[in-house]
Amino acid sequence: MNPTVEALRATFGDAIGRALVARDGETIVYVRPETLAEIMAFLRAPAQDYDYVVDVTAVEYRDRERPLEVVYFLRSLRRRTDLRIKVELDPTGPLAVDSIVPLWRGAEWLEREVFDMFGITFRGHPDLRRILMWETYAEGHPLRKDFPLRGRFSRAEQVRQALNANPEAHYSLDELAIADAYRDLPADMRERLERGERGKVPGPE
Amino acid sequence: MKQVLETKDVAGSPNWLLAKLDDLVNWSRANSLWPMPFGTACCAIEFMATAASRFDFARFGMERQAFSPRQADVLICAGRLPFKLAPVIRRIYDQMPQPKWVISMGACASTGGIFDNYAMVQGIDTVVPVDVYVPGCPPRPEGLLYGVLLLHKKIKGESLGQRSLREEQPLDHTGLRLPPETIDEISEPFGNSVHQFRSA
Repeated sequence: MNPTVEALRATFGDAIGRALVARDGETIVYVRPETLAEIMAFLRAPAQDYDYVVDVTAVEYRDRERPLEVVYFLRSLRRRTDLRIKVELDPTGPLAVDSIVPLWRGAEWLEREVFDMFGITFRGHPDLRRILMWETYAEGHPLRKDFPLRGRFSRAEQVRQALNANPEAHYSLDELAIADAYRDLPADMRERLERGERGKVPGPE
Repeated sequence: MKQVLETKDVAGSPNWLLAKLDDLVNWSRANSLWPMPFGTACCAIEFMATAASRFDFARFGMERQAFSPRQADVLICAGRLPFKLAPVIRRIYDQMPQPKWVISMGACASTGGIFDNYAMVQGIDTVVPVDVYVPGCPPRPEGLLYGVLLLHKKIKGESLGQRSLREEQPLDHTGLRLPPETIDEISEPFGNSVHQFRSA
């Protein structure tokens, strides 16, 4: 058992749920979603020094009664310690937790992936939008258990929407390395970037 | 000589001069195919092996790989095509000048393969017209070379008289290249996939 658990219990008391050791020897700690931001800030601080967020992911179980879990894989590079933090979310309520991007900048795309695949929103995320599926994707969140394997639309509709997507519209101005050269860009590209165009789904005929 | 140069068609068939011109043009087209590799997955590895010295498809006039669609003759889709890449390959195909051909390399490009899911195009023929399908997962370089030779054969059977072969076929008003029923039909699962079901 990772000694961080004792420190967490001493500091946060009831906000820390059960803790267990996974089969690979890593410690899993369940925490309450309301206190996640404080707990993560505590872990990030120099006393605990978890300076690297390896992954952020989520789990939905086949049992619909079980809550969804958001899982944070933390690592302290200096202390060579790993810790997993789990947050349980009621599947009937709003699926939202606080973003940890203010603490670990590297979590930005990881949280976007969780949002894209599971529909969990991260409060305070600077740029929460789809990252794997295109932005006009309208079929839902593919890794949820109620999502059919082949998608919700017919294949023809899927092809139609895909072909109508604008492959150049997935980037914001900030993301593009050409932002510095903005003034030298062709007029049409400047116009598209200014408009923040993301591509539109044309209606059915 | 006068008879040779006569241009009138006999029963719709090309005359002697045009037939010989066809042979010349098709011979030159078939033997200098410039490939535009569109490699998305493990098939691209086999494609690279085919291009490299051991298998060396430069032997068949494919020496110059055109990494720009504007100087390419044959688009080789090597690997699975997710829906997110569908508009990309369509644009690349549209940018290629006529005459142009498409080889669908591997099971995934041809049918979606094992990826019968929400993210994958079930055969690139729903997006661009395909001339040769190369089966395999991935095909060995010999397989791709055989596909290229089949394409040679196909090209050598073409005629300059068939204008429709070289016409651009843009997407229709629905934004598709085939009727929706056809796309649904050819995207249907087959083989082991039919034992899966659409949950929910």
